Amino acid sequence: MLEIKNLHVKLEEEDKQILKGVDLKVGPGEVHAIMGPNGSGKSTTSYVMSGRDGYEVTEGEVLLDGENLLEMEPEERAAAGLFLAFQYPVEIPGVGNMTFLRTAVNAQRKARGEEEMSSTEFLKEIRAKAKSLKIDSDMLKRPVNVGFSGGEKKRNEILQMAMLEPKLCILDETDSGLDVDAMKLVSDGVNALRDGKRSFIVITHYQRLLDHIKPDVVHIMSNGRIIKTGGPELALEVEHNGYADLLAEVEGA
Amino acid sequence: MKRAELKQRKLDATSARVEGMSLPAGAPWADALRQDALSRLLAMGLPQARDEYWRWTRPDTLISDVPTPAEVFTPTEAPVFSGLDRIKLVFVDGVFDAEASDALEGEGLEIMRLTDALSSDIHWVKDAYGVQEKKAQDPVERPLATLNTAFATDGVVIRATGKVAKPVSLVYLHKSETSDAILHHVIRVEEGADLTVLENGPAAARFNKVMEVEVADKAGFHHIRAQGRDHERRAVTHVFATIGRESLFKSFTMTANGVLTRNEVVIDIQGDDSMAHVAGAAMGDGDFHHDDTVFITHDAERCESRQVFKKVLRNGAKGIFQGKILVKAGAQKTDGYQISQGLLLDEDSQFLAKPELEIYADDVACSHGSTVGAIDEEALFYLRSRGVPTGDATDLLTLAFLAEAIEEIEDETIAEDILSRLEGWLKRRRRT
Repeated sequence: MLEIKNLHVKLEEEDKQILKGVDLKVGPGEVHAIMGPNGSGKSTTSYVMSGRDGYEVTEGEVLLDGENLLEMEPEERAAAGLFLAFQYPVEIPGVGNMTFLRTAVNAQRKARGEEEMSSTEFLKEIRAKAKSLKIDSDMLKRPVNVGFSGGEKKRNEILQMAMLEPKLCILDETDSGLDVDAMKLVSDGVNALRDGKRSFIVITHYQRLLDHIKPDVVHIMSNGRIIKTGGPELALEVEHNGYADLLAEVEGA
Repeated sequence: MKRAELKQRKLDATSARVEGMSLPAGAPWADALRQDALSRLLAMGLPQARDEYWRWTRPDTLISDVPTPAEVFTPTEAPVFSGLDRIKLVFVDGVFDAEASDALEGEGLEIMRLTDALSSDIHWVKDAYGVQEKKAQDPVERPLATLNTAFATDGVVIRATGKVAKPVSLVYLHKSETSDAILHHVIRVEEGADLTVLENGPAAARFNKVMEVEVADKAGFHHIRAQGRDHERRAVTHVFATIGRESLFKSFTMTANGVLTRNEVVIDIQGDDSMAHVAGAAMGDGDFHHDDTVFITHDAERCESRQVFKKVLRNGAKGIFQGKILVKAGAQKTDGYQISQGLLLDEDSQFLAKPELEIYADDVACSHGSTVGAIDEEALFYLRSRGVPTGDATDLLTLAFLAEAIEEIEDETIAEDILSRLEGWLKRRRRT
């Protein structure tokens, strides 16, 4: 499904290396968590995968089902099946949420050479999916994320994910700014999308999100590299002891 | 340049312009009104580049004795408003075309050609023609409107006495490359009446148009116009409006193309509890120059005014906004809002704005804002990350930028029509 090979990334504007050789393999249907202290390169990894400006890949590749994502435009990556749930979803005044979603769904279908979704079909689907995420029709009509609370924005990200049906979902600190109830709602939304084929990368600081979205593999990232990989118990270890011990252990080795 | 020298230049330009022009003849009262306008014009003089009010828009091609020729453009798609059930009145290069027009009648309406009204022994227009134009010369001179009152060769007078179901649709066709059209419309919306007036088309190589609107008490006036696509056309237009008590005035203008456009709107709110909204969406490319100059006076209590002007500029296009809200002493509880924004699609384009508030009442809420910027890169990436290609995403954000202005159009069908025109304009200019 996804393979990141020896990924080295620096900032375009300054001579600062952020990723120093990231290797990661995610199989179909798997959920991987990436944890790590601030500034370790977790979010950068997700931005580089989605094609955000400002980064320069100096080495390595990112393959999604054998295709090199790094050679594609952001919209082509989306059509190829990549979805990034933003840590800070962007507000877009003047663009209705519904219009935005319909444009996105149909743009991806068009790019893949598929038929566009009819308005009735689209409405039916979005209503059902919005309902399970407790997104009311008012939120669908309002401009994208404008005036949405933190929780509403994150739920809106999950709604987009549900409508776009990607192969690989990256959740970048989706738990930040969420209360317990909102976290449950968002996690249920994500879990509903687990179908044994779709894969997930969950980037988080905290173990608590992983109580809801259970990972198969946990990676610890530090200083631009994945320094340790393990099962769900690794997240618990971090929760109890913090990163200090782990970092010391790796550096000592 | 010294003040006296500027004045002399203005007077010289005026003599050069009116030389060889003669005042159209009509009834004695009408001739007197035209003569009065001519005298006023000769006294004030036509604008010059050094005039403060014309600081950002060069008036020379608008005042020259002959117009700069403008190529006639023939669009392939149906013109805006085509699908509406309307009373269509057609002007070709500034001359009314009865053949191409609907009958001058409608329920709750009196319509007459301006020249016929000005030739009648007695007509209500006697107390309206040029009256608002004259009043609006203070505190800022608007000589091109005075020139219009003196020399207008055609136009319509409309009196609405009830709720008029069908809009009156003024269609301005441009057929001659050298046409110079001067049209003057006088509109009166009587108490309790409601009227919609639509305008579209390039009109002429050079177009000078005045529309005087009087909205009585508890009345409504809706104005939607789409200025023509002919790239080389030039236009200077004035809308003068006086608004009574508990009334509504709304005006929206879409401009895409035209090498030079100056749209002035002067509104005087005289009755309490009224509302006046003026909005504009302009899209310009290349040597496009578009100027919105608005002056709204609040002279009554508890009234609301809004000015919403948005301009999308690319390839060296220039957008101008000069907007003023004047709140007179005693105009308490005034709610005034003004926003002007430029979206520059490249670094060659320019947006200049001069927002002004002048307030003499102490219990008012007035706000104004003016911004200029490029497409929001964060929003663009967000859309692209969802699979929307750059071109489509840019168009979506551009239309979103214009949304606040387009929302001022109440009729949904018309709003959609206007939106599709703007979309078409963007699609035709795709870089990628």
